Amino acid sequence: MTTLADLAPGRSGTIAGFRESGPVVHRLMQLGVIEGQPFAVIRTAPMGDPIEIEILGYALSLRRSEARVVLVSEVA
Amino acid sequence: MNPAQPARVSPEPPCVTAARNGAPIVVAIGNPNAGKSTVFNALTGLRQKVANYPGVTVERHAGTLRLAGGDAELVDLPGTYSLAAQSPDEMVAVDVLLGRIPELGRPAVVLVVVDASNLRRNLYLASQVLELDRPVVVALNMMDLARSKGISIDIEGLAARLGVPVVPLVASREEGIDALRFALSEALEHKGREPVIVAPELQAAAQALCEDLRGAGRAVAAYEVERALIDEGGYAETRLCREHGPSTLALLRGVRTGLVAEGSVAALETRRRYHWINQVVAAVERRVPRGPTQSDRLDRVLNHPIAGSLAFLILMAAVFQSVFFWAQPLMDLIDKATRTAGALLAERLPEGAVASLLVDGVIAGVGSVVVFLPQIAILSALIILLEDTGYMARAAFLVDRLMRLCGLSGQSFIPMLSSFACAVPGIMATRVIPNPRDRLATILAAPFMTCSARLPVYALLISAFVPPTHYAHGLLNLQGLVLLGLYLLGIAGGVGTAWLMKRTLLRGPTPSFLMELPPYRLPRLRSVAIKLAERLKVFLTRAGTIILTVSVVVWALVYFPHPPALHAGFQTERGVAEESLAGHPLERRLAELDRQESAAYLQQSALGRLGRVIEPVFSPLGWDWKVTAAVIASFPAREVVIAVLGTIYAVGAEVKAEDAGLIQRLQGSAWPDGRKVFSISVAVGLMLFYAFCLQCTATVAVIRRETNSWRWAGFAWVYMTGLGYLGALVSVEAGRFLT
Repeated sequence: MTTLADLAPGRSGTIAGFRESGPVVHRLMQLGVIEGQPFAVIRTAPMGDPIEIEILGYALSLRRSEARVVLVSEVA
Repeated sequence: MNPAQPARVSPEPPCVTAARNGAPIVVAIGNPNAGKSTVFNALTGLRQKVANYPGVTVERHAGTLRLAGGDAELVDLPGTYSLAAQSPDEMVAVDVLLGRIPELGRPAVVLVVVDASNLRRNLYLASQVLELDRPVVVALNMMDLARSKGISIDIEGLAARLGVPVVPLVASREEGIDALRFALSEALEHKGREPVIVAPELQAAAQALCEDLRGAGRAVAAYEVERALIDEGGYAETRLCREHGPSTLALLRGVRTGLVAEGSVAALETRRRYHWINQVVAAVERRVPRGPTQSDRLDRVLNHPIAGSLAFLILMAAVFQSVFFWAQPLMDLIDKATRTAGALLAERLPEGAVASLLVDGVIAGVGSVVVFLPQIAILSALIILLEDTGYMARAAFLVDRLMRLCGLSGQSFIPMLSSFACAVPGIMATRVIPNPRDRLATILAAPFMTCSARLPVYALLISAFVPPTHYAHGLLNLQGLVLLGLYLLGIAGGVGTAWLMKRTLLRGPTPSFLMELPPYRLPRLRSVAIKLAERLKVFLTRAGTIILTVSVVVWALVYFPHPPALHAGFQTERGVAEESLAGHPLERRLAELDRQESAAYLQQSALGRLGRVIEPVFSPLGWDWKVTAAVIASFPAREVVIAVLGTIYAVGAEVKAEDAGLIQRLQGSAWPDGRKVFSISVAVGLMLFYAFCLQCTATVAVIRRETNSWRWAGFAWVYMTGLGYLGALVSVEAGRFLT
């Protein structure tokens, strides 16, 4: 299944779930990265990591290792 | 709200709702970047004080809140996204809200600062606070930003759904502050409120478990049990089990499996909350889609992988240029003023111990504190500007991948970089690093960076011992290359230390790098000024007192004992000179006698004796007692070594690094048997010693203050001094092996 780390800047979709559970996932959920939530990938930092996404109307940066845990369904 | 609402019985732990002076406590809580400190500043003005919470490095900001019905004490909690304690900051927030900090008692009112332009995520924390049975006021801040993003909020509707007063604000322009003051004093009067129930089954389960524990004679609050249920393997769970026995863990696990068939209670909590939030927001918020904001457009350049990196480099270069451009003249001025003040005082006082204490101890000591101020002030102001504009998060985003190579994150970059000017503001800037282990590793790495106080020492040693050989048709100069090498060595020392610490003492799971990139904001002069004043106050009071004490101690080591007979001997010589010489030769002879006299006094002073006593410790490094004494005297501040060497080698106390006389004497310095003291390997060793050694009382004091422990300050000192010794030893041994 597609993860958040697989999407290039400019792509968007909705959060579908998580590949594992743990403190990072809990923190992501608190920040609004939660099933059904639409998001867009804005850009990546130099060397492709971390990435910046827009979710709930604000900009959130997360590392690729963290993005790989987030399952997404791509819309566009 | 919900029919399944559990009954709220409250045999809660004993509660006091007043500070020591009897004023009620109001606690401000909110997400990072919600403008909480702006609201705090607008409410309290300059009536604030900063302390630490007991046992942790979290700062406690408190201020007096003037209300119609009398004063209250406003406590500003660290910015947090949730009460699910994953960091010491969040645990402190929970403790304060529950009244577990003895000096504070239970808060009378909780003020939740919410960013109106980011309502959903901010309501998450608000919903957790609303579950507590405390009066709450919601400050809906950044209404201007929300409007510019096309967001309109039905304030009354929101207040009705939350069951608490909601006050719209633009705190940066002080709009709505009076209304907020009014709402707070109202809330202090009216205590009753229906708590919001977001996850009824969770609360019911916590309540039941709480009853069981109470039945077993345990005093525990239902809210703490609820946090522990959610917080699998975290602070709240650990603490509940520590306080109420290991059997509590089994009880918690049992309740958890009853609550959720699969997944975690934490996930259940978050889903419930966002479900509730979505209902609230759908009812009260309207969004008119707008194009990209100015902040978005700015980020297309400043956060772009290439353009952004370039802008970052230019910005950092500009920061450095301005530190040296603005600070250097001011530092020279302060230096000159200190000397002039000392000279003026010396003229007016009778010669003796008192005059020397005031001039060479106190005034010189105060001078060595104040001389750092311009640099620390300029650098701190620039760092605060970077924080307040929101650029700091972009900088961390851009360099995170690079910083990960040494086991740190992007947030460690600016503190490390500013340490090239001075480690003191660099260490203070580590407050933006949320992970405590990363923060500590950065604090330990920062003093290795080549600060501006190391430069004069390097300049002296390089011009004395490195030949100005040119290579590549004059393009490269050996002296310049050595200086570059020392800079790189500092970087290697810092990076290596961070790497080592993250693998040994500070080992732990990789912290997450989930970071909000807040919209760019124009910084407010008032807020920058308040933060700057606080940092300078920390430096002057904490570091200043320690530097001054150490300066006076070193003065005493240099001054005592002070036998008058020595002076009488030189007076006789002066008499002889005055009789036999005149004009220019006489002046030269008298100056020479002055120098010889101070050198003679130093040789028999406590420092001189100490130098000879501990000479064996440093003799493996090839140092004689003179170098040893100079190094000891420069432990308060490394640049002092030049003045002390000047006195020991009798070229007068007021020497510059480029002083030819001192350089010649250093080069000619010899052991009693005629061997030169400074072979190339000893000179290189001395440079290595100065590159690594933590000879800076200000840095030690700031480490103590920022880590809230003498242990880490002591560790840093021993570690760096040990590394300096080792470096010098390796150099000397290598020299011996090669020749």
